[in-house]
Amino acid sequence: MISSNLPALQVVVPLIAAPVCVLLRRGTLTWLLAWLASWSAAAISIVLLIRVLDQGTISYALGGWLAPWGIEYRVDAVNAFVLVLVSLVGAVIVPYARTSIGAEIRSEQHYLFWTAYLLCLAGLLGVTITGDAFNVFVFLEVSSLATYILIAFGNDRRALVASYQYLIMGTIGATFIVIGVGLLYLMTGTLNLADIAQRISEMPVDRPLLAALAFLTVGISLKLALFPLHLWLPNAYAYAPSVSTAFLAATATKVAVYLLLRFTFTVFGKSHVFDDLPYGEILLALSIAAMFVASLVAIFQEDVKRMFAYSSVAQIGYITLGIGLANTSGLTGSIVHLFNHAVAKGAIFLLLGCVALRIGQPALSQMAGLAKRMPLTAAGLVVAGLSLIGVPGTVGFVSKWYLVMGALEKGWWWLAALVLLSSLLAVVYVWRVVEICYFREPSKDLATANEAPLSMLIPAWVFVIACVYFGLDATVTSETAATAAKTLLESLR
Amino acid sequence: MIEWASPALILLAAALLIALTRGHWRSAVILIAPLATLWAVWQVPDGVVSTVRFLDYTIEPVEGSALRRLFATIFAIMAFVGGLFAFRQARWYELSAAFAYASGAVGVCFAGDLITLFLYWELMALFSTVIVWCGGTPAARKAGIRYAMMHLLGGVILKVGIEGVVVHTGSIDIQPMLATNFDTWMILIGILINAAAPPLSAWLADAYPESSPTGSVFLSAFTTKTAVLALILLFPGEPILIGVGLYMVMYGIVYALLENDARRILAYSIVNQVGFMVCAIGIGTQMALNGAAAHAFAHIVYKGLLFMSAGAVVYRTGKNKCADLGGLFRTMPLTTICAIIGALSISSFPLTSGFTTKTLISQAAVDEGLVTVYFLLAAASAGVFLHAGIKFPWFVFFQKDSGLRPKDAPWNMAAAMVIFSVLCIVIGVFPEPFYRLLPYPPVEYHAYTQGKVLYYLQLLLFSGLAFFAMLPLLKRTTTITLDIDWFYRVAAPRVIAVLSTIISRILDTINQYFARFLNAMLMRIRRHYGPEGVLARTWPTGSMVLWVAILLASYLVMYYV
Repeated sequence: MISSNLPALQVVVPLIAAPVCVLLRRGTLTWLLAWLASWSAAAISIVLLIRVLDQGTISYALGGWLAPWGIEYRVDAVNAFVLVLVSLVGAVIVPYARTSIGAEIRSEQHYLFWTAYLLCLAGLLGVTITGDAFNVFVFLEVSSLATYILIAFGNDRRALVASYQYLIMGTIGATFIVIGVGLLYLMTGTLNLADIAQRISEMPVDRPLLAALAFLTVGISLKLALFPLHLWLPNAYAYAPSVSTAFLAATATKVAVYLLLRFTFTVFGKSHVFDDLPYGEILLALSIAAMFVASLVAIFQEDVKRMFAYSSVAQIGYITLGIGLANTSGLTGSIVHLFNHAVAKGAIFLLLGCVALRIGQPALSQMAGLAKRMPLTAAGLVVAGLSLIGVPGTVGFVSKWYLVMGALEKGWWWLAALVLLSSLLAVVYVWRVVEICYFREPSKDLATANEAPLSMLIPAWVFVIACVYFGLDATVTSETAATAAKTLLESLR
Repeated sequence: MIEWASPALILLAAALLIALTRGHWRSAVILIAPLATLWAVWQVPDGVVSTVRFLDYTIEPVEGSALRRLFATIFAIMAFVGGLFAFRQARWYELSAAFAYASGAVGVCFAGDLITLFLYWELMALFSTVIVWCGGTPAARKAGIRYAMMHLLGGVILKVGIEGVVVHTGSIDIQPMLATNFDTWMILIGILINAAAPPLSAWLADAYPESSPTGSVFLSAFTTKTAVLALILLFPGEPILIGVGLYMVMYGIVYALLENDARRILAYSIVNQVGFMVCAIGIGTQMALNGAAAHAFAHIVYKGLLFMSAGAVVYRTGKNKCADLGGLFRTMPLTTICAIIGALSISSFPLTSGFTTKTLISQAAVDEGLVTVYFLLAAASAGVFLHAGIKFPWFVFFQKDSGLRPKDAPWNMAAAMVIFSVLCIVIGVFPEPFYRLLPYPPVEYHAYTQGKVLYYLQLLLFSGLAFFAMLPLLKRTTTITLDIDWFYRVAAPRVIAVLSTIISRILDTINQYFARFLNAMLMRIRRHYGPEGVLARTWPTGSMVLWVAILLASYLVMYYV
């Protein structure tokens, strides 16, 4: 009984737990509940992934109403992978969060934080698992609204402005998505994604279809912070509480990328719209711009969190680059980088949270001598930083390997060179951090600081170790990603 | 499981243990791990030992052959002697980095495929950078960044090449190839950057002398020599390497002669010596490859020895410049003797290791009828004697009395130098057992024929005379401007030297312009991307929305048109 309803439980568990948090109102109790809900979500997602890889796509009719009339949850290799990613990150962060939000958020608001956290998790999982276009929009709004709250919890007053700006941008994005979905509904009379795909493949390419594609692309690009629509992201990440930043950086943009994959390949893949559209080319151009511009900006940043926020924009560039390439290697690179970037950035933001616990949100100069006072934190930053660069033995190497392969398979060696050259820019900003941490005498802020408690270090180091483990033994991640890439490419005409 | 493990992992584990242990335990790790590695190196049989799946490929982390074992042997020995030299003076993180660096070098030796090669290659780049930084001075930090950038750039080029080969041939095996297409050119360039080949030779002499006295000993051994090994494995007989090698030989001599910093002289002479090996690989016959491998082996020993003696001097006096040193033989007799043995070896003096290995290369050039190459190499040998053979020991240990009376090297440094000195002489006096280790036995070669010995003695004698004849000129090394027509009256090698000086001047000028251009670029970048730049500051919400509108409009226009 339970096992057949797992797709529904995946979303329902955190979704129910969220309002219960409001009722409980006690910090510790809500934390325990969040722990329970997120870990069961993670367990469910792993079971689902194993089942999908074993038996192929799972279709689940919500409330027994069969597709295309009812809402269908549809799990294939692509979204099973993203589900695991999101829920695992969500699960690892919860034990970390207690101490961290204890320092950064007033205690009477803790239960609200956990409510927003669980809602956000439920929303992200819902967007990923559902096979229904309107349902996508609904869950996207659930997660977005929760996100605005998570950001606004930041105790820097600029957090409110950042949250407000993201609210405006996010709402525009969501509106564009709903306009796109509306146009599709107008043309096909159905909201089920698979059904839409089926129907538009038989249709001539019409203006509403093109408009739908344009609205969806721009709307989703906003959510995933594709250059030049990334402007909301740096401040949102920089001024949110450490936990929120880590969670959002590792999951929210990744789910948006998943949506882009889903609409580009599964929904529009069979239709003729791409026949003479420069879709891939535009995506490539914007991705390259993101890789270089955002990395350059990151180099000059003084606020460490903001630096790595810009680095996220650049890394998203790598992900969309693989989508623009649209061959197996490129897509595999994209999908595996979803995971790889999530663990690397998760690690970095959690470790910065450890620093923030001791000295508040650090400017680069305040982190001087970090290695002497907080050796484990500094070492973790180095490893995760190496992974951002793409040094062999870390996850970054695996993603870039596939991306470069994808470029070379197309004969675009210049693109391969660009990918690798842009990683030299990552060297510079990572180096700035390493240099400050290791080759300076401790700053006066750090004079008396010591290592963060284990409850924070262990989750952070789980990500750090994942950076290395999945860099050396990439079989699980890369094979799953390759399966997902093939699934997506099969739906192309 | 055991056969899966590369001997490199022993050193890597040791690097970790050095970080975790203290006191005697750490010393034990430093001294025992390289010996254990040496033992493990000789347990690796020929052929592919193990395979592992990585991504979609079967990689071969351990593949043995005589050539690979030869290089791994000397790397392990170097780790041991270097560790002995450094373990009481160097800080723990420098030693830890040095062992990880050595582990990368040993790993490259046994890499059966390009991916493994690249993995260890980057490991070396990473930890050698750390060693440069361990110099601890602001100059070392800056040199470290330049060093890292150069090697990461080399890594990028190498990676493009490797992936290109994988895409186009489907094979990741390490096998001989020629630079015929884009992919192989990229691999060749990537490796040559590590070998300090032109036009990117400058990183070596820029970075090595900035490291600590102990760090430079490790640095001198691994990076360039793994590049030599990779070239032997991948590009034997690639004709372009002959020219590259000759250029490196000359480059090293010219710059070393003009240099004042003791360790920088030695650094330039690394470029020069690697040039001999690269040239031999370009010749590509069995004799030449044997010569390259043998010379690499001998070179690590005597160059390590020279860097140790220079390191001991820097450690005791804190001074780097030849102009500030001199007369140290009075109080540092052992270091002086060891430096002289190293200097004689690098000059291929008969009865030293340099003679028995470098003549292999010359012989190979003769066998192939490459007369020009042969004479250029011979001329260069004279040049080597000038800058490394005489100039270095003369200015550091003799010359004027600088008034410095430092103590001789500490016992562990002395022991390390003695080991390498003995090795220099043993290989020089009894070359036959050493020849048996070479990749292409049986070696039908006798180093000590009358003709060769006489020829080299004459060469060395006359260049020695030339040195002392022009000593007054060389003494002004701090503000050296060499009088050009004076050189025309001296022996042939000097002519080439002058030409190279002019070329290097021109290159320097271009470099300066380039640097100015780069600075202007940097200012512009900072204006746009810096914290207050248009791309980095927080935008008003309205402008953000404007961008959304623009993007949507352009999508729509582009789709409709």
